[in-house]
Amino acid sequence: MNYETILNRRIQDVPPSGIRKYFDLLEGMEGGISLGIGEPDFQTPWHIRDAGIYSLEKGFTKYTPNAGLSDLRRAISRYLKRRFHLEYAPIGQILVTVGGSEGLDLAFRCLLEPGDEVIIPTPSFVCYGPLVSMCHGVPVLVETKAENEFRLTAEELRAAITPRTKALVLPFPNNPTGGIMGRGDLEALAEVLRGTDIMVISDEIYAELTYGQHHVSMANLPDMYERTIVINGFSKAYSMTGWRMGYVCGPRELVAAMTKLHQYGIMSAPTTSQYAAIEAMDNGDRDIENMREEYDGRRRFLVDGFRNLGLSCFEPRGAFYTFPCIKSTGLSSEEFCERLIVEEKVAVIPGTAFGPGGEGYVRACYAASMKDLGEALTRIGRFVETLKKERA
Amino acid sequence: MKKLLQLLEDDCTLTHAQLASMSGLTEAEVAAAIQTYEEERIILGYKAIVDWDRTDRESVTALIEVNVTPQRGEGFDRVAQRIYQYDEVESVYLMSGSFDLTVIISGRTLKEVALFVGEKLAPLEDVTGTATHFILKKYKEKHLIFQKQEAQEERFVFE
Repeated sequence: MNYETILNRRIQDVPPSGIRKYFDLLEGMEGGISLGIGEPDFQTPWHIRDAGIYSLEKGFTKYTPNAGLSDLRRAISRYLKRRFHLEYAPIGQILVTVGGSEGLDLAFRCLLEPGDEVIIPTPSFVCYGPLVSMCHGVPVLVETKAENEFRLTAEELRAAITPRTKALVLPFPNNPTGGIMGRGDLEALAEVLRGTDIMVISDEIYAELTYGQHHVSMANLPDMYERTIVINGFSKAYSMTGWRMGYVCGPRELVAAMTKLHQYGIMSAPTTSQYAAIEAMDNGDRDIENMREEYDGRRRFLVDGFRNLGLSCFEPRGAFYTFPCIKSTGLSSEEFCERLIVEEKVAVIPGTAFGPGGEGYVRACYAASMKDLGEALTRIGRFVETLKKERA
Repeated sequence: MKKLLQLLEDDCTLTHAQLASMSGLTEAEVAAAIQTYEEERIILGYKAIVDWDRTDRESVTALIEVNVTPQRGEGFDRVAQRIYQYDEVESVYLMSGSFDLTVIISGRTLKEVALFVGEKLAPLEDVTGTATHFILKKYKEKHLIFQKQEAQEERFVFE
């Protein structure tokens, strides 16, 4: 059989992720250090795991309501109000999903008609473009810039809008840059959006991991609530990546449509994970604080470290990545990452994996032990010195 | 931001440069603060937590409940001092509840520890009673878990 003629054209056109091959290179290497993976290095706090176990002991192993356990939706509603001043009704405005990723997929699939354009600031999470393409949508990539602290500006947004623009993705706090959008920054974008029908898909999965400044959601701004879909989840804030727990909030009509699609494609999110998630929402604020403090120390250490090696490094304000500039080494991002793995066994990800604007940068994740971060910096330092000598 | 003392309590092998970055201080400030902490005995020392069961060194640890007669004007401090002077004594705590002091003792053998209690600790004039409990297995100490943790299968995600 010729599967090329059988497989859907669009999925064949979706490029493989640019991250994977760096892990393949590192695999099997003795003494390798990976700052590549985008995952917390903490275990899920015990009381949350325990709540999942307890639900199994009680025999809660059936489907839940399609939109999620009503106790969980109520807990999410209270949490969003408490932490971000967001008001969403537990019944009708909140849908529990299989990770934030499902929420993104649902949002695109419920909004897009063939040819609709979606504005996606880059560098950013690798999923948006392919998901849009699979819905016959057209990703419109807009580079954010280091000199703007990797924020999306009103001018950049305005220039990207066409009559076909259906939605804007707001990936802040940003993976990989660590850029965040403050209220003023969002207000400037809101001014551009007012009077249009452009929807905002706000990916706030890193909302709890900001340093020095509290996260503001686009849905907090006047007139923006009605056009904003908030995507969030438990993976990053509570170190729950493997539980696959996320949620979507928005206007009732949109959440109803997404719930319809979710009930056909997924039925309901995993039951055990939902019980654990209730515990996280109700009693997890302290865990978030602890992890954020821990990340903050490592963030400062890694940023200082890169700067001391002579690499300029934007100070990330959110998430758990640094995005140092490696242009001074004379290598491309990909060359830098490949040689760093081969010569020093340290994996970081080339900025180009995250779309336009990533060339000249690499992403190093600081969700790693201080020992590994220290050793990685030593090795990167040695590598940068080698490169200097080569160029001399 | 984590405070210097918290950072050190979690990991005292961090260098001054690392501590400075993590706490937002300069290296000179870190060095000065640590010196003050040490001088004021806020930091008592820096020790590794060792799982001796994984080595060939024999060692036993006992927790001893001690009842004592408090002294006029000095309470329990004087007798506690007399107890903690012994090298064998790892820790001494004043307790609320049905006994007065917890004394933790380590030695090479059960006999060595038992002899210490019988010959040194129990005969002290203010000690009115002891109950010795040997520690059979350590699970966790200072937030560190003794058992090697199993790792999940290596996973490759692309985010």
